[in-house]
Amino acid sequence: MYHLGLLSEYLKNYMKTRLTYRADFWVEVISDLLFQVTNLVFIFVIFMHTNSLAGWSQNEVVFVYGFFMVPWGVFACFVNMWNFSERYIVKGEMDRILTRPAHNLFQIFLENVDPPSLIGSLIGLLIMAVSGLNLGLPFEWWTIPALILLTISATGIYMGIYTTLTALSFFSDAPTGIIPLMYNIQSYGRYPVTMYNRAIQVLLTWILPFAFVGVYPAGLFLQREEMTRMALLTPVMGAIAVSIGLFVWSRGVRRYKGAGS
Amino acid sequence: MLQAYFDFIRIRFLTMLAYRLNYYTGILIYSLNIGVNYFTWKAIYGQGESLGGFTASQMTTYVAVSWMARAFYFNNLDREISSDIRDGSIAIQFIRPYNYVLAKMMQGLGEGMFRFMLFMIPGMALAMLLFPVRLPHDPAAWAGFLVMLFFSFLINSQLNVITGLLAFFVENNEGLMRMKRVVVDLFSGLIIPISLFPGWLSAILKLLPFQAITYLPGSVFTGRVQGVGIWNVFGVQLIWFALLLIPLFWLYRAARQRLFVQGG
Repeated sequence: MYHLGLLSEYLKNYMKTRLTYRADFWVEVISDLLFQVTNLVFIFVIFMHTNSLAGWSQNEVVFVYGFFMVPWGVFACFVNMWNFSERYIVKGEMDRILTRPAHNLFQIFLENVDPPSLIGSLIGLLIMAVSGLNLGLPFEWWTIPALILLTISATGIYMGIYTTLTALSFFSDAPTGIIPLMYNIQSYGRYPVTMYNRAIQVLLTWILPFAFVGVYPAGLFLQREEMTRMALLTPVMGAIAVSIGLFVWSRGVRRYKGAGS
Repeated sequence: MLQAYFDFIRIRFLTMLAYRLNYYTGILIYSLNIGVNYFTWKAIYGQGESLGGFTASQMTTYVAVSWMARAFYFNNLDREISSDIRDGSIAIQFIRPYNYVLAKMMQGLGEGMFRFMLFMIPGMALAMLLFPVRLPHDPAAWAGFLVMLFFSFLINSQLNVITGLLAFFVENNEGLMRMKRVVVDLFSGLIIPISLFPGWLSAILKLLPFQAITYLPGSVFTGRVQGVGIWNVFGVQLIWFALLLIPLFWLYRAARQRLFVQGG
């Protein structure tokens, strides 16, 4: 209850700061969406020149992309840690966080909430609905619960990976630039993994499990037999990723020594 | 006076050199982007011979060259200018005895030279190891490409300066800058070569300046455009370079009259 109260206070605060630059808020939402549109345009243009991508049709690939957008929006809204190292370690803001009663990681999440990202999730759902209708996918009793569970699991995978990488900045002084690298690798996960070579498939499944935030869970709704097993593994992968993330984070926080003035 | 501008290039180059470590991950990031595109195009081509005038091997080269060209021409002049505007330091820079926009362009050039030597060339070497990239043998293609690459830099920087100066009029242009980046990546032919877009869209894109940044130099380098054609596409770049000077000067003049400092 205490943490929920904090969340609503932070959201109120967020609204106040954002409303000072009202026009800019919408420009930002639109520019976010434009970025997503770029990826969709890419898919559409590709399918003007081919009928299938590694055995997947246009509607299927679009559906996967739609699903991919949903957990990404949730993650970007609640677990945004971009620029953590500069803001909290270099400037010493971590000191302020650690002297407060709420859990430190939770506070950092709260200070960076970004609700406009959720608009991306909504668009993702819309894309799934449209391409699902085109494909004539059945709407089962478990569709909605599965969607919620898989979204939470996929968000957990993102959170685990990015928390782990962010926590690395407690151990190294220099900014590593490894996070922008991840942002690029995750885009591999939204296309049918079967089109990559074996090494990349293993990497995306077991080492940096970004295939679990896009193509595998989407495979469940697309009734892709070969991916059902992987889709059902998503919550397990999510739980593992979150545990690793929290473990590395708490180890890192213990190593933190104030740096700023 | 000229000496001062040369110093802008030199100082920026040295500053970048001091932080060169950051660029090693940049090389990896660009290789990964080439990788995503390479595997996607490979899956699209399948057994197909040619798409939009590109053979499968030309497409691999095009993707690699386009990303590596971006490694050279990309810069954050828009962000630098808008933060100068927001923290008010632009007022000081306006009264100094140099042209603010020209100084920014020179700094961009210093950054570009750094990126060319320590980012683009090693990145290209790595990409050639990882993917079947084929470099042209024709010296004309090389010469044409290098000159056009320089103009890619000029045109991209002009667009950046224009976006940055717009901060005078919209106060917080964060969204605008992001929008510009997405538009440039998509419409310059970096993600999809312009000849693969549907007819009506590629017709529109051929009337816009973005193609001059990636698509035209890439076409020369992959050998799709040869001989006299090189002069034609170079002409397109020259025209856009000249045309973009107009809004640039106009914005600069208007900005000097409108200057109001938000902070500092």
